[in-house]
Amino acid sequence: MKVSLSKIKKIIHQYDSDRRGALLPLLQDIQAVYGYVPKESVNLISKELSIYPVEIYGVLTFYTQFRLIPRGKHIIKVCHGTACHVMGGKDILDYLMKSLEISEGKTTSDGMFTLERAACLGCCGMAPVVVVDDNFYSRCTIRQVGKLLHKYRSKKV
Amino acid sequence: MEIKILICMGTSGISAGAEKVESVFRKQLKLQKLIDKCQIVKTGDRGLFRDVLVDVITPELGRIIYEYIKPVNVPEIVQKHILHGRPVQKLQAGKDYEQFFAGQNRIVLSNCGQIDPENIDDYIAGDGYKALKDVLALAPEQVVEEIKESGLRGRGGAGFSTGLKWELCRNAQGREKYIVCNADEGDPGAFMDRSVLEGDPHSVIEGMIIAGYAVGACKAYIYCRAEYPLALERLKKAIAQARKRAFLGEHILDSNLSFDIEIKQGAGAFVCGEETALIASIEGHRGIPRPRPPFPTRHGLWCEPTVINNVETLANIRHIILKGAEWFSSVGTDTSKGTKVFALAGKVRNTGLVEVPMGTTIRELIYGPGGGMANKKIGFKSVQLGGPSGGCIPERLLDTPIDYESINKAGAIMGSGGMIVMDQRTCMVDIAKFFLDFTVEESCGKCVPCRIGLKRMLEVLEEITEGAGLQEHITFLEEMGTAIKNTALCGLGNTAPNPVLTTLKYFLDEYRAHIENKVCLSRVCTKLIKFEVDKDRCVKCGQCYNVCPVGAIDWNKKEYAKINNAKCVKCKACLNACEFMAIQ
Repeated sequence: MKVSLSKIKKIIHQYDSDRRGALLPLLQDIQAVYGYVPKESVNLISKELSIYPVEIYGVLTFYTQFRLIPRGKHIIKVCHGTACHVMGGKDILDYLMKSLEISEGKTTSDGMFTLERAACLGCCGMAPVVVVDDNFYSRCTIRQVGKLLHKYRSKKV
Repeated sequence: MEIKILICMGTSGISAGAEKVESVFRKQLKLQKLIDKCQIVKTGDRGLFRDVLVDVITPELGRIIYEYIKPVNVPEIVQKHILHGRPVQKLQAGKDYEQFFAGQNRIVLSNCGQIDPENIDDYIAGDGYKALKDVLALAPEQVVEEIKESGLRGRGGAGFSTGLKWELCRNAQGREKYIVCNADEGDPGAFMDRSVLEGDPHSVIEGMIIAGYAVGACKAYIYCRAEYPLALERLKKAIAQARKRAFLGEHILDSNLSFDIEIKQGAGAFVCGEETALIASIEGHRGIPRPRPPFPTRHGLWCEPTVINNVETLANIRHIILKGAEWFSSVGTDTSKGTKVFALAGKVRNTGLVEVPMGTTIRELIYGPGGGMANKKIGFKSVQLGGPSGGCIPERLLDTPIDYESINKAGAIMGSGGMIVMDQRTCMVDIAKFFLDFTVEESCGKCVPCRIGLKRMLEVLEEITEGAGLQEHITFLEEMGTAIKNTALCGLGNTAPNPVLTTLKYFLDEYRAHIENKVCLSRVCTKLIKFEVDKDRCVKCGQCYNVCPVGAIDWNKKEYAKINNAKCVKCKACLNACEFMAIQ
């Protein structure tokens, strides 16, 4: 998606009051539109809210939610809560890293998948949990996950 | 409406396919021309993981509970049960379900799974917002006094007296005061706050309004994790409904009280569960804690007096007002009153949310509602309490009663109430490493002990699990852990060494086996596994062959399995599948 400064400006102007406290929500809104926080928006926010860009980058890099580069078509999140770990979540993550040939947080070279490790998703009774985009897959096995990749690759989902 | 159909539609219900079940129910009821007689209620999760749970309530038969419902089961239920009054027995919830709920005393969770969280009338019908009406007839001081007398202590982990916190904030000087609901439930393994927000959001909102009245605050924030989209959505709806009914806004219920709530979404930082970091995050900064005192009750959000309460704490408030402090303090032990919700998970038969009176022992909880171990052949090893700040408790301490003091004495903390049961196939060194990995990642980096000390501890644990452990590592871990505990700035750092220190204390043998014999007895640490089939143990069943995702195992009927190491990706699927521990 092309980055439009006027669109970002509109988002910024939704937040008039308590301007400093607005920083996080408006970064979240921008990310909801683009999937990441484009560089151009940082300079714009800096001007509009009178916050130094360095402070905005500080916030962006502190919170794991924010991304500075675009992500793949499908986002695979492997839950890494305690229950999922005990039930084999780490093995699933390792398997995915090997079969997608990427490390966690990275995107495959064809732009198909981004692999992420999620903090506990709160479905501990259904561990281990893998989330692809917004679909939850519970009580996963390595074999199932392998099939899942195939399904997404062949656009059957 | 004569017939009620309750479908659990919290995050876990939906991930198990509850939405499809609901739509099939609607279609079937339309088909049978029953749709006008039936009411479908979309409830939150009731805390037991049974995929999709459906309750059918008819005037003749009362409540019948069905578990593991799939869309294909729906026509049968509609046909047999709703149309002809004959419940489908094979789909009915069994003994496990009964056992799970039998030992519980549900106060906070009383509405979860019973009402439609998106419908304020459902909440009001169960005495909702009645506590608020009662409170408005009292003086704010009386409300504070009532909560103080009840003995309610913060359910977020530290266990500070809620009434005292309110009083400190009430007496503090400030231009404005704030109430903050801490819904940044970041502990891996805890999900009670999510379930309460998804299943009964109004109870939290009511608690916040009462807190606002007692303290003298007009403005409140709910700081909720972004990882909980459904909870956020339901909160938004609930707040809008409460505003419409004049429970929020100016002159609430024609009184002088004005109060409003705003939702702030977290951005994925565990440390923001710490109150001073949470304040920094709401103010739009990096979520970094600051030293206390001054405490937030005097110097909090925007430098004004602020009360920060956890979701579960606030959900208790209305019950205390309705039934009285005396009733509340009659439940629990001398120092810990009321109930506590635990998120029971791991290798236990029934996983889910369990609410028990304080003073119940850990054993009663695991073998009562929990139903014992998931796989009876593999014995119990340990239970982890309190998430990354907590500790691992061995079998011999299972009779420890659940109250703030006893659990601290055992080396763990109550924390937010995560309870992960681990069996003989869980490696304690690996678990310690897991938690440290988490806290290292989440450390904000402000103070040296936490930023560098934890990292060094993690490196040592990595060496141990990879077979490069040294004798002196054990003393190093103990010394470093104690030093971090005593010197870190905030709660995250102070408690982060707990998982390592408790496993060292109770499971030293396992550390020794890793270091001295280079063996992981539970066969978890990949680098210490040879991936060979032990012919003395192999029963030639072929289970390993069936689960291998890469076809690295050769097996034919009545022959020993053989692992082809060139193909093997060491995913351990075979190890987990083998019931005979035949893979070394």
